[in-house]
Amino acid sequence: MPAIELTNPAALPADWRDLLALTKPRVMYLVVFTGLCGLLAAPAVPPLVLGFTAILCIALGAGACGALNQWYEADIDAKMRRTAKRPLPAGRMDRQSALHFGVGLAVFSVLLMGLATNWLAALLLTASILFYVLIYTVWLKPRTAQNIVIGGAAGAFPPLIGWVAATGHVSALPLLLFAIIFLWTPPHFWALSLFVRSDYAAAGIPMLPVVAGVPSTRRQIFLYSLPMGAAAIAPWPLGLTGAVYGVSATILSFVFVILAARVLANHATEPAQMAPEKKLFAYSVFYLFALFAVLVADRWLAA
Amino acid sequence: MKLEDEVVRRQRERAKILAWLLGAFVVLMFFITIAKTGKNW
Repeated sequence: MPAIELTNPAALPADWRDLLALTKPRVMYLVVFTGLCGLLAAPAVPPLVLGFTAILCIALGAGACGALNQWYEADIDAKMRRTAKRPLPAGRMDRQSALHFGVGLAVFSVLLMGLATNWLAALLLTASILFYVLIYTVWLKPRTAQNIVIGGAAGAFPPLIGWVAATGHVSALPLLLFAIIFLWTPPHFWALSLFVRSDYAAAGIPMLPVVAGVPSTRRQIFLYSLPMGAAAIAPWPLGLTGAVYGVSATILSFVFVILAARVLANHATEPAQMAPEKKLFAYSVFYLFALFAVLVADRWLAA
Repeated sequence: MKLEDEVVRRQRERAKILAWLLGAFVVLMFFITIAKTGKNW
């Protein structure tokens, strides 16, 4: 057989490493962690294998969202330095394979969730996938600067799904956990978008700093940090958690608001001088991990 | 690298991973069935 030189990698069967990269494994950590915390904070902990399967399904659902997001945004990703090396814009895979992989993963995760836990959890998982792909990626993200505000709801589903997988019903605490992530998402993403805004501008995505300007984004970050802090502390006065969570949430949220105030006070426009924004972004990740970890510890101490 | 060799290499790698995943899925379904029918693991 004659030797044919390899000139078009996208024409080959996709490499498994590229399929894995489509699922955005780095983003998955927070989704899996918050889903696990929702499950562990529930009053009824399910058998180990069912709990493991519920978290696996949340991870697979998040992976499906990542794959479908990259399938839809391949052209946009090619214009941004941060995303240009992904499998589709880099030309290592064809779009059809990414679409099939994403849809397959989504269907599999929902069916497995329904069979292993309950169909309300499967319904919520379906809603979160559809919300992320259709409402956020396809509809809001390319059209409005408020994309992350409503789109953030997709990332707020995991603790709710984890709780429902364990209990079979929705109650006040998981709804508050949903609200915390929903209100946390805008300051978290806007802090990032302040120091990578040239990327978003180049790709034509109307992120807030690109459309409304840097000072307005800093104001919004600070304003959103206030209800976010209130939602984080709320389970304590409502009697849903104990003092361990309440005191920790108060301290963590206070530090968040202080860092957001420093962002508000910063007048720099060059990314190199945006130390407060970078600090807030890093802290926001730690904040969510710490808050949910303390919640689980508090619930287990009370049990 | 020859195109044929690369195609075969990728197909083999994917087939191996798929086999492992299917095996893990069968084991998982077994334990889910046990758990759903009342045993607590």
